[in-house]
Amino acid sequence: MRRFIQRNPLWALVILVAVVIFLWMIFAIWPEWLEKLMGDSNKRTFVNAILNGITQGALYFLVASGFTLIFGLMRNVNLAHGSLYLLGGYIGFEISDATGSWYLSFLVAFIAIGLIGIALQIVVFRRMEGQELRQTMVTIGISIVLADIILWIWGGDFYQIWAPDWLSGPVTTPFISGIRSSGEVVYIKYPSVRALILLAAIVIGIGMWLALNRTRIGMLVRAGVDDRDMLAATGVRVQLVFVAVFAFGAGLAGLAGVVGGTFQSLQPGEDTRILLASLIVVIVGGMGSIPGAALGALLIGLAEQLGSVYVPTYSVVLTFLIMVLVLAFRPQGLLGR
Amino acid sequence: MRNWLTTAAAVGAFAFAANAHAQETLTIGVMATLEGTYTVLGEDGIRGLEMAMEQAGYEAGGRPIEIIIAATDASPDSAVRAARKLVEQDGVDIVIGPLSGSEGIAIRDYAKTQPQMTFINGSSGAQETTYVTPADNFFRFNMDGAQWSVGLGDYLYEEKGYRNIVTIAEDYSFTYTQVFGLALEFCAAGGEISERFWVPLGTSDFASIIASLPDDVDAIYLGLGGGDAVNFLNQYQQAGGDANLIGGTIMVDQTVLQSRGRAKEALIGTPASGPQGDTWEDENWQAYVAEFQEMYPDRFPSLLATAYYNSANAVINALNAVDGDLSDGHAAFREALATMELEAPNGLITLDDNRQAVGTNFVTEVVEDADGNLVTEVVSIVEGVNQTLGYDPAVFASIGLPSRDIPECRAYE
Repeated sequence: MRRFIQRNPLWALVILVAVVIFLWMIFAIWPEWLEKLMGDSNKRTFVNAILNGITQGALYFLVASGFTLIFGLMRNVNLAHGSLYLLGGYIGFEISDATGSWYLSFLVAFIAIGLIGIALQIVVFRRMEGQELRQTMVTIGISIVLADIILWIWGGDFYQIWAPDWLSGPVTTPFISGIRSSGEVVYIKYPSVRALILLAAIVIGIGMWLALNRTRIGMLVRAGVDDRDMLAATGVRVQLVFVAVFAFGAGLAGLAGVVGGTFQSLQPGEDTRILLASLIVVIVGGMGSIPGAALGALLIGLAEQLGSVYVPTYSVVLTFLIMVLVLAFRPQGLLGR
Repeated sequence: MRNWLTTAAAVGAFAFAANAHAQETLTIGVMATLEGTYTVLGEDGIRGLEMAMEQAGYEAGGRPIEIIIAATDASPDSAVRAARKLVEQDGVDIVIGPLSGSEGIAIRDYAKTQPQMTFINGSSGAQETTYVTPADNFFRFNMDGAQWSVGLGDYLYEEKGYRNIVTIAEDYSFTYTQVFGLALEFCAAGGEISERFWVPLGTSDFASIIASLPDDVDAIYLGLGGGDAVNFLNQYQQAGGDANLIGGTIMVDQTVLQSRGRAKEALIGTPASGPQGDTWEDENWQAYVAEFQEMYPDRFPSLLATAYYNSANAVINALNAVDGDLSDGHAAFREALATMELEAPNGLITLDDNRQAVGTNFVTEVVEDADGNLVTEVVSIVEGVNQTLGYDPAVFASIGLPSRDIPECRAYE
């Protein structure tokens, strides 16, 4: 960081000013001219859009981190990742519907989809190691088959997973929205489910970072990403690492399915939507990089939510615009190597 | 004697040939949204169609009927692709569909390039489809989105006492048409629409839009459908929203009211309008619902099922009228369609000069029935609703076509 400031003093200043303005916009009470400037919208809208962008990013991160980990380690673009997400969501729905437990649905979805991931790795990918094109085609095929099986079992209806009662309704955030003429301070409210999901995603993200950087398995995975042939040559059973990573990545997608089913909904077509989103996230963040997936997910989530409020007509284009810019100026992704 | 025998044989052979012609299978291509955010709507449309076919024994005008289904995803190009497959590849005789507004406009244009084919709309409801440069071979037996809004504006203003509302709707032709119909009536009564929000079709996260809704209005109109509607309701409840809601036609519809989960409960008490009222007392309607539920237990027909049911019945009736004979380039068949008085379960339907339906509209409110299902209850009924909504055609034309900001919120005269 110090080196960055020494090398680019101008940019560092610009970034610092932007951060200060942003923090001021979050914490200060907006004067009237600012509300005018932001297209006649108030601070509540702005803070909510920011928070929603972060929660949306949290969902994308859960899906994309597994996707990028699998790619980084096995050079395998798993285009069935979106189907695993959707399947995890439906399994989570069935569990929470049958047992009434929201928490159990996360666990079961994670394990079930993880097992499917193991099966995929052993039955399909191990047979065609190093043949990227063939793997890609096969995963497209699997995603189509899975989508039809899902449609066959659950139909086209919409499913939502219902969060426990204590999570329904909003919580009060520490951000002030305004002060009434009576002197009463009005705080911004935010849906509790989303707040919890945001917290959980941050915990998972930090946990993954710690696991990758502070444990032996993490060391193996990182070594495998850099050079898996050398890793195999040192006597590590690479195939086992592959299976573990695939299972974990797939399990995360299943987990994300339950998250998505809770604050959005489950329906046919969500699989390709989420796959497209995680592809963009991974392209923006850098293929194979976990911090990259986090940054990309945050950027895309914020772009979608701020876009939907401030430039609703063009919000669809915004994410692709980010992708185009990244590809034009930093084709390996923001944090890619 | 010998001569007589030959003649008899020849006549017999001829009769047999003619009979064989009548027995030739007739293929009907059907388009419905079986992918994307409107999947559940398309599925229910197909249910309605299959029920009509089942009742007719898959036979009309003495010819057995075969159905070929093509999936679309609510985008105009997917509809054209599906129609081209049906017409140019499968060589179907008649096309029923599409389901969604902008698809309808695209199919109207495609229909003009296929003058030998007859298209019967499924349920698409954009005004432009039959109002602007209509195709001669495109027939629509359902009303458009503006006709489906008739009666709602007055009800909101007079009975509910709403004076100031905002609208949130998907950003495409059908919902433009819906808001068009609502705005004309509500504003003419003296109401005010302070803001119109448009969101992309297929939006899954409405949280930021929900946060930006003004809280000093009387009610919020929701012109959303399918997955978008469910997502909105879910997130609206999570955000603790408690404003009065007003439903668009496909928002307060069985496709949403039958969704799994509790999000739909936000809709109880919501006023809406559309081509059917679920608990209407009418004999035909009750019979139709009973028959539907016998064929699909635990389901209630949505307006999509009803629309496809009506379209299929229109085709069957017209085929019966011409004895299944399409050999004159569909001329007699089209004549039969154009002059038909369709005794539909949701009221009498006739066609105007643009081959657009004139029918009955229902203002409804969502209630919970004895079994805990959500259904719509009829509040008032408007009969004989035409495409110009009772306006003088010249005045109606002066309003302009439905779009993001047309009509203006005022009384047009």
